[in-house]
Amino acid sequence: MAPLLQIVDLHKRFLELEVLTGVSLEVARGEKVSIIGPSGSGKTTLLRCINYLEKPTAGHIYIDGKLIGEKQVNSGYVHLSDRELAKERQEIGFVFQRFNLFPHLTALGNVTIAPQKVLGLGREEAEARGRAMLTKVGLAHKIDEYPERLSGGQQQRVAIARVLAMQPKLMLFDEATSALDPELIGEVLRVMRQLAEEGSTMVIVTHEIQFAGEVSDRVIFMDGGKIVEQGPPRDVLLNPQLPRTRDFLKHLQER
Amino acid sequence: MRFFEVLGQKGEYFLITLLGGWPTTVKVAAGALVFALIFGLVIALLRLSRWRAFRIPAIAYIEFFRGTPLLVQLFVIYFGLPDAGFEPTPLQAAIVGMGLNGSAYLAEIYRAGIEAIHRGQMEAALSLGMTPARAMRYIILPQAMRTMLPPITSFSIVMLKDTAVVSVIAAPEIMFYARNLVTETLQSAVIYCMAGALYLCMTVPMARLVARLERSRRAWQ
Repeated sequence: MAPLLQIVDLHKRFLELEVLTGVSLEVARGEKVSIIGPSGSGKTTLLRCINYLEKPTAGHIYIDGKLIGEKQVNSGYVHLSDRELAKERQEIGFVFQRFNLFPHLTALGNVTIAPQKVLGLGREEAEARGRAMLTKVGLAHKIDEYPERLSGGQQQRVAIARVLAMQPKLMLFDEATSALDPELIGEVLRVMRQLAEEGSTMVIVTHEIQFAGEVSDRVIFMDGGKIVEQGPPRDVLLNPQLPRTRDFLKHLQER
Repeated sequence: MRFFEVLGQKGEYFLITLLGGWPTTVKVAAGALVFALIFGLVIALLRLSRWRAFRIPAIAYIEFFRGTPLLVQLFVIYFGLPDAGFEPTPLQAAIVGMGLNGSAYLAEIYRAGIEAIHRGQMEAALSLGMTPARAMRYIILPQAMRTMLPPITSFSIVMLKDTAVVSVIAAPEIMFYARNLVTETLQSAVIYCMAGALYLCMTVPMARLVARLERSRRAWQ
């Protein structure tokens, strides 16, 4: 079966700085992939390129075999219009490190705005869906709260519900627990684990090595804008082949 | 004192005459404000566009209208447009002139308000499948409006009292009647003080409103 996500030789350069230096990756439907690596290794940039929050400098991304963010015209590639790009992004959920909830909307408003304004759902249908998603992340009792009244962990769970309400094919998590107080990390990881068990396709950039080990089908270690090592969690995390991977994991344990 | 003698004898006549200009002052201020609120937003969005072809004209517009005197702009519209085949009435010229001028200032207020919204808000909206235009409408502008409301109200006070300038193109507002009265009676001190008081009666309540908006602007609920 064709992979759900296929990344082909992706490069990204910010002025002089080469952040991605040729990344190729395939993710199967239902697969959980964790990306680990030191800061500056390009993990977040890779994730942001997948839904075109960053435009890759070179290389291509396919979801379900369909080219993302650009189209082929004659023999070249051109970037999509805002409208075409927006359509493609509907299928890719993105969970941000800093939640990015909409502060002027309640929890329910945050979860229902895109289904209403993007998918064109009626208010009742959107709210039914929104309620279901907030219940799923354990926040049925916070439906009418504004983000500023929620803890970081609750905000991040609303953000996950907001993504789920769009029923994406693929979910991207960008260090979803890095901005949280230690005691709030667990509640977010629990929700992510539940999604993993339900068969969502997930690409997770994380520093939570233990979580990555438990949830992932595959762990990828990135360094210097490249994938340098990948494999099943027990191989990469417990028995890494490269000195760089070993050093990184050792540093994390010493924290 | 002579000032109070004159005020006592002629005050009522002056007040009634000046109030004759009040409707025009309000019309010019309100018309120009509505014009500037809408057109200023257009200019601000062009100013913030990704495309240079939109940005540059918007910058030129803002610099031109902020960098030349309102008086000159009014003269160009009122005395210049007839050469191009339009003959605006003083009221029309006043509303358009002050509206175009106000748009430049409001565009900068809008821009500051929009730019103050964290980039993550736009990214979150885009990642949910909104186009940039939808994200602006449903996510960015509603948030920006809250922070912009006090400066916009402050600016509308400036606009209201600046309507005095349009007396020079014979729009029959408060200042126009004041000048006529001075020509007629030569009581400039009393008449201009009364005109000033009339403006205060409108601007002070608005200033109170700004203060209230500023106190309440932090709460989302």
